[in-house]
Amino acid sequence: MVLGLEFPPVSHLVNWQEIWFKGTPFAISKVVIVYILAVILSFGFFFLAGRKRKLVPSGMQNIAEASLDFIRESVIMQTMGAQGLGWLPFLTTMFFFIFFINIFEVIPAFQMPGNARIAVPLILAVTVWFLYNIVGIRTQGFGHYIKNMCVPPGVPKALLVIVVPIEFISNFLVRPFSLAIRLFANMLAGHFILVTFALLTAALWGSTYVAAILPFSLLVALTGFEVLVAGLQAFIFAILTAVYIGGSMSPEH
Amino acid sequence: MFRLLLLAAQQAGELQTGLKAVGRGIVYGAAAIGPGIGIGIVVGNAITAMARQPESAGMVRTTMFLGIAFTEALALFGFVLAFIL
Repeated sequence: MVLGLEFPPVSHLVNWQEIWFKGTPFAISKVVIVYILAVILSFGFFFLAGRKRKLVPSGMQNIAEASLDFIRESVIMQTMGAQGLGWLPFLTTMFFFIFFINIFEVIPAFQMPGNARIAVPLILAVTVWFLYNIVGIRTQGFGHYIKNMCVPPGVPKALLVIVVPIEFISNFLVRPFSLAIRLFANMLAGHFILVTFALLTAALWGSTYVAAILPFSLLVALTGFEVLVAGLQAFIFAILTAVYIGGSMSPEH
Repeated sequence: MFRLLLLAAQQAGELQTGLKAVGRGIVYGAAAIGPGIGIGIVVGNAITAMARQPESAGMVRTTMFLGIAFTEALALFGFVLAFIL
């Protein structure tokens, strides 16, 4: 009989044993393997797809072209317009890198979304922060860029005392923070949900065989849902990057 | 009340961990209320827009995801804060 389920502490769910180079800063755990695999996958996918290019695409080239088309149509054209088409390689790489890291959440034997550790989301968010600031300063000049970011058009003069600090904080400080936290927390929450239902299934299977059906069916359904979340979060990260870069390329007047 | 204080004096550590757990629950629960309503409004209005003008569905969907992402961030701050506490 199960009277209470002992849930492991949070650190047990995301900290993995170091496999190689134990104790050094270069220690390799499961999460690092996920990162390395994601790099290899996103590089290898486009490398293999573009190696033997044909006019009529087939197989891998077909998928690669469809995904590039998807990024161009639903990320860049909707947010930056035609002037942002130069960002297509960067945004596609970013989308697939994040997606491949996320999708390891549901791949058996890994079952750990690499983005449930904040390192990669934070580095990507800081990269985006530098990018949109540099783009803004280069296209508008430093003074104009700061003014456009802090003073929204059409605000009465008396309100500027309140609006300018709020805009400054939200555009320069909260943006990278929320970008990182959004990806990180979504993947962490998904990981917790899957762990919770897996533990429930195991505990109920151990005591009463029949009762395990309910959490197990939910586990299967939520695994499907997490595949959706993995793609959606990669999409949202790419589209927010596009929005930020587009915002500093052409200010709203 | 007196008994609770007495208990606090006797088992300070246990009470503290218990209260911390309650605080975590309240932090995440409260942080989820506003974004829950907000995402409902965003998606509801997006569906209305798509139903009225199906030809603009692609644009509405992109904007809807943007709106969800901005709204959802507040709930996720609460989620992360609950673990930091």
